[in-house]
Amino acid sequence: MWCDRCGESLTEGSHATCAAARSLEPPRFCALCRRRMKVQVLPAGWRAVCVEHGETTS
Amino acid sequence: MAEILERAGREVLDTGVGLDEAGVLAVLSLPDEDLPAALQLAHEVRLRWCGPEVEVEGIVSVKTGGCPEDCHFCSQSGLFTSPVRAVWLDIPALVEAARQTAATGATEFCIVAAVRGPDERLMAQLRVGVAAIRAEVDINIAASLGILTQSQVDELAALGIHRYNHNLETARSYFPQVVTTHSWEERFETLQLVRKAGMEVCCGGILGLGETVAQRAEFAVQLASLEPDEVPLNFLNPRPGTPLADRPVVDARDALRAIAAFRLALPRTILRYAGGREITLGDLGTRDGLLGGINAVIVGNYLTTLGRPADADLGLLNELSMPVKALSDVV
Repeated sequence: MWCDRCGESLTEGSHATCAAARSLEPPRFCALCRRRMKVQVLPAGWRAVCVEHGETTS
Repeated sequence: MAEILERAGREVLDTGVGLDEAGVLAVLSLPDEDLPAALQLAHEVRLRWCGPEVEVEGIVSVKTGGCPEDCHFCSQSGLFTSPVRAVWLDIPALVEAARQTAATGATEFCIVAAVRGPDERLMAQLRVGVAAIRAEVDINIAASLGILTQSQVDELAALGIHRYNHNLETARSYFPQVVTTHSWEERFETLQLVRKAGMEVCCGGILGLGETVAQRAEFAVQLASLEPDEVPLNFLNPRPGTPLADRPVVDARDALRAIAAFRLALPRTILRYAGGREITLGDLGTRDGLLGGINAVIVGNYLTTLGRPADADLGLLNELSMPVKALSDVV
């Protein structure tokens, strides 16, 4: 599993800063495969698409 | 009371004329104990010259990322290692974004693109998008598409674009440290074209890019000389992968000093809370700014980052007895 903010392994190092930042950011990396996602931020939410694993929404 | 605040009370509050650069610098340099008085005066100036209403706006990115420019604060530049990927918003999603914005009571919806300037593909998207929004949503449409040619300005005006945003970002003397792929003057020229075409001018910038306090004062008076209808005030939210990723966040007291100083430089202008306020000011500071010169907010999310829920800001405005400007007041 990968950090959806920084794209690094969740088993290496602390991702507390990433988790805190994510309250005001959409995900940027697919947590399953680490690919960078296409992310659209909308006024009331966000939509992220991984080419392999599909769409995630807020 | 500090001498500069006594002077501002006479000059700005009574006459509606903004402070000069030395005056703005003096406000930016006030000690912490004078900050409440500065905010109080800025609030009085705002009420006297702008009224109690707060203008609410929503924004959306129609074309995200992949920008050829190198604005050092921006995660959408294709020249940095930012994780933001290029993506376009389709028309149904654009209309839905306008609908979400209008549902908050907002009067302004700004369509933004990460570009140097619009190409034909973007202009075509805008034509269709504006028509689609007009057919379904009652809201003023603004745009922010970078540097424009005269023919593009004319077309945007003909489309009925209410207001055009193009930020000067920072003081003219500091701009080359922030952007090297185009000049402050190129941005200024677009703003002049926008004004001449009859669109409202929206022009602000970002504090915390590494500019000095003196350059903040320089920036405030440069904005004032432009006589913009609106100034969006951003505070740097350092983005991963950008050259400014490691810059510190602006201190909350410095941010509030800047809000008061910009209001005293721009007594009649819409002064809008834009990006970065959540991390710079938090909830308490957001309230202080609304009681210290701010009279407009971007509600909901930003272009690549998230904001406070719209309900939180609207609830705060209600608590402060600040009415939201109605569409009938601005059309």
